Amino acid sequence: MKTITIDPITRLEGHGKISIFLNDEGDVENAYLQIPELRGFERFSQGRRAEDMPQITSRICGVCPVAHHFAATKALDAAFHVDPPSAAKKLRELMYAGYFIYDHILHFYYLGGPDFVVGPDAPPAKRNIIGVIEKAGVEIGKEVIKHRAYGQKITAILGGKATHPVCGLPGGVSKSLSKEEVKDIETMAKSCVEFAKFSLKLFDDIVLKNKTYVDLILSDPYQLATYNMGMVDKNNKINFYDGTVRVTDQKGKEIVRFNPEEYTKHIVEHVEEWSYIKFPYLKKIGWKGFIDGKDSGIYRVGPLGRLNASEGMATPLADKEYKKMFETLGGKAVNSTLAFHWARLIELLYATERSMELIQDPEITSDKIRNPVGEPGEGVGIVEAARGTLIHHYKLDKKGLIEKANLIVATTNNAGAINMSVRNAAKGVIKKGNVSNGILNMVEMAFRAYDPCFACATHTLPGGMPLEVNIYDHKKSLYKTFKRM
Amino acid sequence: MVNGMSKEEKKSQSKETKKLQLAFYWAASCGGCEIAVLDINEKILDVIAIADILFWPVAIDTKYKDVEAMADKSIDVCFFNGAIRTTEQEHLANLLRKKAKVLVAFGACAVNGGIPGLANVANREEVFKVAYLDNPSTENPKKITPKTSVKVKEGTLTLPEFYDTVKSLNQVVDVDYYLTGCPPTPDMIMTAVGAIVENKLPPKGSIIAPLKSVCDECRFEKSEKKIKQIKRVYELEKFEEKCLLEQGVICMGPATRGGCSARCLDANMPCTGCGGPTPNSLDQGAKMISALASILGLEGEEKMSDEEVDKLIDQVVDVTGTFYKYTLPTSLINRKVIK
Repeated sequence: MKTITIDPITRLEGHGKISIFLNDEGDVENAYLQIPELRGFERFSQGRRAEDMPQITSRICGVCPVAHHFAATKALDAAFHVDPPSAAKKLRELMYAGYFIYDHILHFYYLGGPDFVVGPDAPPAKRNIIGVIEKAGVEIGKEVIKHRAYGQKITAILGGKATHPVCGLPGGVSKSLSKEEVKDIETMAKSCVEFAKFSLKLFDDIVLKNKTYVDLILSDPYQLATYNMGMVDKNNKINFYDGTVRVTDQKGKEIVRFNPEEYTKHIVEHVEEWSYIKFPYLKKIGWKGFIDGKDSGIYRVGPLGRLNASEGMATPLADKEYKKMFETLGGKAVNSTLAFHWARLIELLYATERSMELIQDPEITSDKIRNPVGEPGEGVGIVEAARGTLIHHYKLDKKGLIEKANLIVATTNNAGAINMSVRNAAKGVIKKGNVSNGILNMVEMAFRAYDPCFACATHTLPGGMPLEVNIYDHKKSLYKTFKRM
Repeated sequence: MVNGMSKEEKKSQSKETKKLQLAFYWAASCGGCEIAVLDINEKILDVIAIADILFWPVAIDTKYKDVEAMADKSIDVCFFNGAIRTTEQEHLANLLRKKAKVLVAFGACAVNGGIPGLANVANREEVFKVAYLDNPSTENPKKITPKTSVKVKEGTLTLPEFYDTVKSLNQVVDVDYYLTGCPPTPDMIMTAVGAIVENKLPPKGSIIAPLKSVCDECRFEKSEKKIKQIKRVYELEKFEEKCLLEQGVICMGPATRGGCSARCLDANMPCTGCGGPTPNSLDQGAKMISALASILGLEGEEKMSDEEVDKLIDQVVDVTGTFYKYTLPTSLINRKVIK
């Protein structure tokens, strides 16, 4: 049996590693996505001051620090039995919108989007932000840089710093907004709304008007019929910062709904010996291995998971785009992995519209931004990270130190689904041992759609995941090698 | 950009001054240092105008073997971020040290181990126990933990082993310069690039940041007032416009290297020490403990009963996480004494 190993050359902490096993005919027998990383945050958080957690856990990922920062802060609200004032919640949500703006722009233009904009089988050296600029024009490139920076700046004004913010405290936030800051943010947010609209139009022109791409999105290797999970408000519209976690089935029907503190009643993590990552599943359905369908408890989170698990977007323009996506792709649930990219842009538009609503809210300049905390106890905080549902759970001792911490990060929630997507794509595109760079990229596209955090933690910003592919014949001697960074 | 020049352009360029040859690399880090480089935004175009970027996995398509094939010292400056915790990272640190004339430790993790360095309070076995065995959302009746080599139906899968101990870059190779902060600010990055371009680098071993503490850059004034009680930041009823230490909150400002414009203080939050020790101080925690002793009024300790002194000191909870949040791997109290 031949073995193909897709292993990042850099082998950095956080890199994914794909091993593909071929049978004697050269077709794919099975594929495994392994996570060769374990950093031990849950262990070394023990004994730390509780209030340090928003800043310690943001170092899990420098691309999505705001998600960890506020999952931690919300867990502390719960653990200290305090409900922040309304203005503080709005400031947190505004900062959160800033984070979604820069993160979704980063993914679409730098990471995943190049596959579509430049083309899935374009040379790896072109499948990156520079290739996007070449194809779309320098002016557009400058707009991309500008609006990613705006997202960062909005976050920095509110958080002190954008990368590793500091403002989150149990009971509220540390900093209020001045009138000048409001003006600055409003100008940037307004511009971001236009940029998000432009991005959806670009997607429409380049992807949806191209039959080859639409066929690719709807093709078998990229379909996966799992359950879907995301946080919603009381009208079942998506909310990134706060709400109830909703799980829907393959037809879009709600099967479970829970509050943060109930997560262990609904989510269970399964351990495999061959990966450091765990594989969560729905308790109600159970673990049936790496299969999809209604009998398997595997679910998906992130942009597509959220859109599937909700009944619309809470802002008008994004809601229109939401309806268009489901109409175009055949109703709920959309099972096409590559539709994650489309869903991401719809969420970008929502984040920009929501940031406008919040910055124009008169309460946003209130200085009532903290409430006094109660006795330390136990608490769970859930937010929707750009990549999906993110859970922080802390137990504090009497001194307010961390006794126990448990984290289920967005990419972990997707671990089972990503593994299957990679396997299905490999089975679909690798035939008779024929493996080219373009074909390998088609496999990569299956997991890049999820914008997995191990990819951002491993710094694969140009969209061309660093890879090493070794193909061995049945005598286990190497006869072909593909390498790229 | 890098490979986009025609033969003629290359020829005419080679007659001019040779462009600066830069490289970037990352080891055990969170990606925040890469985002910090992206945050110089459009200035990246200025950098590219004066420099060739030879090696930057984030943006340039280069292969390891290309780096291995380079002549020694052919990279002018290599910026290296992240701590060291795998053999692969150690290998790359050695390789880039050989190929680079100047090696810069970039960011808190490369300089002092950073927050991932807090992992030195535990070992691999304890990390496994918390993640896979004694965990509220994990069901693992067979007590399975990941193995470095596992036989599956189709063949064998392997996982890399990681070290028990996280190291800073200079615990592995010789480092020329340091850029502090978690992450370094765009201004600090541009200052360093400017110093390199103008050939005005300070003496080897320097930290390319102002010779100041965070207090020197803070908007609050110090009044040398003594405090009787240490407060947790969430216990402050309201933020007053004055030094946080004098409000009773432990702020690492006096013991921490500046260059960050005290941004955390601008958001009313205490410094947590990401800039590492101040100039001429080896151990950030020791310096902070002595600063705290003086502000706690412990000079008058001869008049206090032992009980009173103990009571003041007992208010400091979590010494490791408070005083060594970013510097545990390089601190004088290393993991051996932490148990």
